[in-house]
Amino acid sequence: MGFYLAQLLTGLANASSLFLIASGLSIIFGVTRIVNFAHGSFYMLGAYLAYTLVTTLNGGILGYWFSVLVAALIVGGIGLLVELTILRRIYRAPELFQLVATFGVVLIVQDATLAIWGAEDLLGPRAPGLDRAVRLMGEPIPEYDLALIAIGPAVLAAIWLLFHRTRWGILVRAATQDREMVGALGVNQAWLFSAAFVLGSALAGLGGALQIPREAVSLQMDLSIIGEAFVVVVIGGMGSVTGAFVAAVLISVLNAFAILIFPQISIVLPFVVMAVVLIVRPYGLFGRPGSEHGGAEEPEQPLRLLDQKSTMVLLALVAVLGFSPAVVSDFTTILLVDVMVATLFAVSLHFMMGIGGMVSFGHAAYFGVGAYAAAMAVKLLGWGMLPAMALGPIAAALAAIFFGWFCVRLSGVYLAMLTMAAAQILWGVTFQWQDVTGGDDGILGVWPAKWAASDRVFFYVAFILCLGGIWVLRRVAHSPFGYTLRGIRDSRIRAEAIGVDTRFHQWMGFTLAGTLAGMAGAVFVFSKGSVFPDALSIGHSIDGLIMVLLGGIHALGGPVYGAMAMVLIEDWVSRLDYWRFIFGGIILTVVLLAPDGIAGGVRRLGQLVRRDAA
Amino acid sequence: MLEIDGLTARYGRAQILNGVSLTLGRNEVVALLGRNGAGKSTTMKSVMGLVRQTGGSIRHDGWEIRGRASHVICRAGIGYVPEDRRIFGELTVDENLEVGRRPAREGAPHWKTDHLFQLFPNLAERRRNLGKQLSGGEQQMLTIARTLMGNPSLVLLDEPSEGIAPVIVEQMANVISELKREGLSVLISEQNLHFAREVSDRAYIIEKGTMRYEGGFAELDANPDISTKYLAV
Ligand SMILES: Nc1ncnc2c1ncn2[C@@H]1O[C@H](COP(=O)(O)OP(=O)(O)OP(=O)(O)O)[C@@H](O)[C@H]1O
Ligand SMILES: [Mg+2]
Repeated sequence: MGFYLAQLLTGLANASSLFLIASGLSIIFGVTRIVNFAHGSFYMLGAYLAYTLVTTLNGGILGYWFSVLVAALIVGGIGLLVELTILRRIYRAPELFQLVATFGVVLIVQDATLAIWGAEDLLGPRAPGLDRAVRLMGEPIPEYDLALIAIGPAVLAAIWLLFHRTRWGILVRAATQDREMVGALGVNQAWLFSAAFVLGSALAGLGGALQIPREAVSLQMDLSIIGEAFVVVVIGGMGSVTGAFVAAVLISVLNAFAILIFPQISIVLPFVVMAVVLIVRPYGLFGRPGSEHGGAEEPEQPLRLLDQKSTMVLLALVAVLGFSPAVVSDFTTILLVDVMVATLFAVSLHFMMGIGGMVSFGHAAYFGVGAYAAAMAVKLLGWGMLPAMALGPIAAALAAIFFGWFCVRLSGVYLAMLTMAAAQILWGVTFQWQDVTGGDDGILGVWPAKWAASDRVFFYVAFILCLGGIWVLRRVAHSPFGYTLRGIRDSRIRAEAIGVDTRFHQWMGFTLAGTLAGMAGAVFVFSKGSVFPDALSIGHSIDGLIMVLLGGIHALGGPVYGAMAMVLIEDWVSRLDYWRFIFGGIILTVVLLAPDGIAGGVRRLGQLVRRDAA
Repeated sequence: MLEIDGLTARYGRAQILNGVSLTLGRNEVVALLGRNGAGKSTTMKSVMGLVRQTGGSIRHDGWEIRGRASHVICRAGIGYVPEDRRIFGELTVDENLEVGRRPAREGAPHWKTDHLFQLFPNLAERRRNLGKQLSGGEQQMLTIARTLMGNPSLVLLDEPSEGIAPVIVEQMANVISELKREGLSVLISEQNLHFAREVSDRAYIIEKGTMRYEGGFAELDANPDISTKYLAV
């Protein structure tokens, strides 16, 4: 009995810290509609700042709690800075831009933290006065856990009072429902947004600061928490603080008991719960469908068909690419294979988002499934290269059919979150299922067949498969099916009114995009000779989003430029120290200065040149 | 008070207003008539800075407000009552009013909640209820009361009589007369010609984003072909 009580209390203590982070994220989303990936970074900064303050002040009980609060306040200030300099400019931009911009912040904060605090994990001191354990029913319970269990509800109560007893809180709740109307009633939204962002960041900072007696402060804290924080926010209902609390308790307590039965479950459990909740309640436990107003997005530009001249240029480029192995070095040939794989991956994601109107935060799942299926066919079944390569897209298609069926039931951010949940579940499976997937060690030694062993021959294998895949996607984009998908993207209601089965179309679009991502994965695994779980990770999904965004979402050629830029930038920049800082800076520059991406930039350049020539 | 001149506006690529012009004098109640989709709401949203305007000018007391943020326009004394009410369903009636509250402004009546509850007695009993628990008519009153909390000198009322019971429509007409007595100017968008005639001094008719008629109701009644052409369904 005592053991189960101890387990429950551990779960509740975890719930409190998870709630602090998630409540901030939920408030920020509710008011600004920004899916803030940098929230994990604020949490990490809170921990590092608190570590420094506590260890330098060394001031006993008072010094400890003072440090924790100051750390939270500083993080709030950093949040304000980020809001004023970056987010304020992109509130009207499509979700994708906001997401990628906040990811740029993640990269910059990571390297800034590395520069200030170094790469070593830092072990924080215990909290003075709460450094022992008390015995409850014979089990030792850390006093600090009990303090946390009290802090969570106390913060919930404080936020509740703030939201119901102050004018500011009432405005925030009103803006969560219909921010445009709040503006029309004379409220300056800009300051409301800033204030909400400061509060949210400070809560994340508080969560991080309170964590120092419980875990080592490390550079992995940001991305390790963000997935779970999103899950809690989505389960609770985006924008609902009470929902975040209930969801945090639900996840943490479930987890505390589930690991007794099945120790490996903790990685995937939150995502499984989220998937179940979203299917039953598409807006989360306490969420409501957002108002149709106030989502003041810039209207989508229609996709352009290439004119004849551009088609010629494109064909010429493909021909140059086709002959390049004859002239360039082996090293460049390999790099070109990377570019082609990345391009197919990006084009498939662009198809899903740009044509299908479904933003995916988990597209890497299908890339990874394709790669793993091909690798396992070679290693476990002893298949040859070509059949193994064929199995990749087939396996990815099956995974996309399965997860897509659930995902297309939702839309917008909730759909994106469910794609992320699907990817995390698959990632968790590859990571945990040691015997079959090799777990963290991945699968090694997946090399091309003898006849394709030379870099040049393999180049042509990749050339045919990747360009073939891109060609298929382009053809479909301009087929009646593609037009129907775009019609659904632009107005689901209108499409339904004329009798289109919108879910089925989106499901098929999802599956096609997943299949071709799987093909990219199958080529990838033979070019690298190995595959690791990070092929399915959120990070890799975000790489895909960055490529689509860098290239420009409105042009079919966009992902091609984006993938090229991404591979080249990674190749150059990742040799430098602090490459994340540079890369994050590049992302922010593109988002803030060239929101139509490289494709838009190239087109504007072309217009300039033409005008000068005329 | 309000002068709109050659206003054009678009949603995405669709041009909705093609040069709308309209003036509204101090303490005047003017009706903006037109069929579904004629551009009445878009005109009001443009004044409020809620749609992107591409050209023309909108002046309020001689001050150009086109292109300004909607909170600035509101603070200049223009109150907006949207057609779909857009009350905050998760907030109580009192809280909804609180969102609309602004400091007193010179040259405009200063509304207090007591006064508003006299004007809208049904709301007084429901102060602690959530917005979403109110009936359609009560919501319509709440959205007007909320806008009045901002002490506007000009009110844009978008189809106040739409979808509410006849008794309440009558009450609505009284409210508009009360606003006029208080010295406010009101622009009402309407499809209900009868209601518009009862409350307003003169009328405009808009059709496909262009003004087709400007003048009094007597003139309009004398030329039934105008209303057949631009108003009848
Ligand atoms: N958000 C929008 N996006 C695209 N088109 C829109 C949007 N809102 C309105 N429209 C179009 O603009 C035109 C004018 O609409 P508006 O709402 O101004 O008409 P209205 O005169 O107020 O009509 P109603 O009596 O139905 O309220 C219509 O053709 C409508 O389809
Ligand atoms: Mg209208």
